[in-house]
Amino acid sequence: MDLATFLVQCLNAVQYGLLLFLVASGLTLIFGIMGVINLAHGSFYMIGAYLAFALAPWFGDWFLLRLAAGVLLAALFGYLLEWAFFSFLYQREHLQQVLLTYALILVFEELRSILVGNDVHGVPAPSWLSGGFALGALMSYPWYRVFASLACIVVALALYWVVNRTRLGMMIRAGASNRDMVRGLGIDIRLLYRIVFAGGVALAALAGMIAAPLSSVYPGMGGSVLIICFVVVVIGGIGSITGALIASLLVGFVDTFGKVFFAEYSGVLVYLLMAVILVWRPEGLMRRGY
Amino acid sequence: MIRRFAIPLASLLVLLALPAVLTPYTQDLVVRIAIYAVFALSLELLVGMTGLVSLGHAAFLGIGAYATVLVSGDAGASLLKVLPVAIAAAALYALFVGALSLRTRGVYFIMVTLAFAQMAYFVAHDTKLGGGSDGIFLYVKPVLDVGGATLVNLDDRRHLYFTVIAALALTYAVLALIARSRFGHALAGIRVNEQRMRAAGFATYRYKLAAFVVAGALAALAGVLLAAKDGAVNPELLSWHESGAVLLMLILGGIGSLNGAVIGAIAFTLLTELFQSEALLGPLAAHWQLSLGLAIIGFVALLPKGLIGLRARLFGARHG
Repeated sequence: MDLATFLVQCLNAVQYGLLLFLVASGLTLIFGIMGVINLAHGSFYMIGAYLAFALAPWFGDWFLLRLAAGVLLAALFGYLLEWAFFSFLYQREHLQQVLLTYALILVFEELRSILVGNDVHGVPAPSWLSGGFALGALMSYPWYRVFASLACIVVALALYWVVNRTRLGMMIRAGASNRDMVRGLGIDIRLLYRIVFAGGVALAALAGMIAAPLSSVYPGMGGSVLIICFVVVVIGGIGSITGALIASLLVGFVDTFGKVFFAEYSGVLVYLLMAVILVWRPEGLMRRGY
Repeated sequence: MIRRFAIPLASLLVLLALPAVLTPYTQDLVVRIAIYAVFALSLELLVGMTGLVSLGHAAFLGIGAYATVLVSGDAGASLLKVLPVAIAAAALYALFVGALSLRTRGVYFIMVTLAFAQMAYFVAHDTKLGGGSDGIFLYVKPVLDVGGATLVNLDDRRHLYFTVIAALALTYAVLALIARSRFGHALAGIRVNEQRMRAAGFATYRYKLAAFVVAGALAALAGVLLAAKDGAVNPELLSWHESGAVLLMLILGGIGSLNGAVIGAIAFTLLTELFQSEALLGPLAAHWQLSLGLAIIGFVALLPKGLIGLRARLFGARHG
């Protein structure tokens, strides 16, 4: 492997890892704060990707506007879904949460099939991000992938700022550590949960929208992302955003370089990584630290 | 004691007499239900008896099925070879998964079992060994020869039927015995209060691991039968949809009872059969997952104790 190929693979690994982080951070927040295991989180990624596909003809080259519109729609959807469905899950056992959110996946997938069909669709990247820059003599790296990584970094920084530096973030952190105390202090915990859930849905959908031009949109795209994100959350530690970031990048690198070096067994490597981490730290790398 | 097992024994007698009146289609359906009942019972050992919610149980079903096909090869093999290999393979993987995942608890456990099942799925899906996404055919089904005479040939539908029913009865009996044993009582103690069990001097990790391995082995039994019934295996057997489906069977029937697991397998199979039936539902049948999803939501929301709980509920309501 020459240097240019190595650099391209590194950039790919970072970009994939950051995209995973967007989905996993929402998952880890929703679990860490509300204690709900949400199997349908992968569906929000899928919904985001299909939103990008559906909104593309409306916005043309106004790509950032398209992202913003999609995020808004997804957040609204998450807000309503929490009110109509997830708010009934908090008091139930994990087993019932698993089954109810599993049922939700079936419903979302089938609605997707009714509304959009089962074909694979390409989603155009904006023309101002077409092409790439040269890396070495033969390789080039597409600008859109650079944009995807940068967008994820911006969102990650914003998330860090919100959780650690704002009043809302303070309430979120307080809600994660002691629900009753927060309520006792006069904070509307139900509203707080609704906002966090809507935020998690918006993050997953944003990841789907950013990924759509790279991977195209196809049935079942939510399921594979969901399971990898579970691995990320397990490695990083439930409820920890920093942990999710480290774990996402780790998974990104293992997966990307696994495909280069052990093509046939690459699918297994990420899980072996998880096994090793479980032996070393069963609670994940960063348990409950923000 | 007799009264306790009256329902299962009566059901067994009915099942043994059924082939006389069944059409080929319904006989196939009964075989499928019985195989899934074995699978659901094996998970009941974890979920109902030990209180461990595993979302990766399909891995062991799939390993059992794939082992059957791989051991049989082109020439076929004896059941005496297929069964031990399949069960040992699944038990070994269960030992590996259990040893790691039992270091975690609650929601972590759910995610870790799911992830390890996905790992097995990738081995079946991506490697030459597993035959890729199309799976592998089982050309010659397992047979049981004793002294030159063929006792059981799973290619024969009637032989398959009675073998499956025997496996179901055996699984039920094994679990009923476990539930009454010291081991079973320890598992029940762990389910209710693990800390107290540990304080009482039980090495709870080892008990849970043993339960995990036994559950994996029993699931492999269902896998062997499933491969023999379908004559083929594919990676979807190990997919997490299968793991979700078997959990559903348990909650549909009612967790905490062996009869519940069997009833759940019956109810789930019939329900999917109903939702996929074009004759009854017309165009909706093409979108059966939508009906299934909504039905699950309704069931879990309204009947958290399952169909078994319904009886107690009605009975209680009449007296209350």
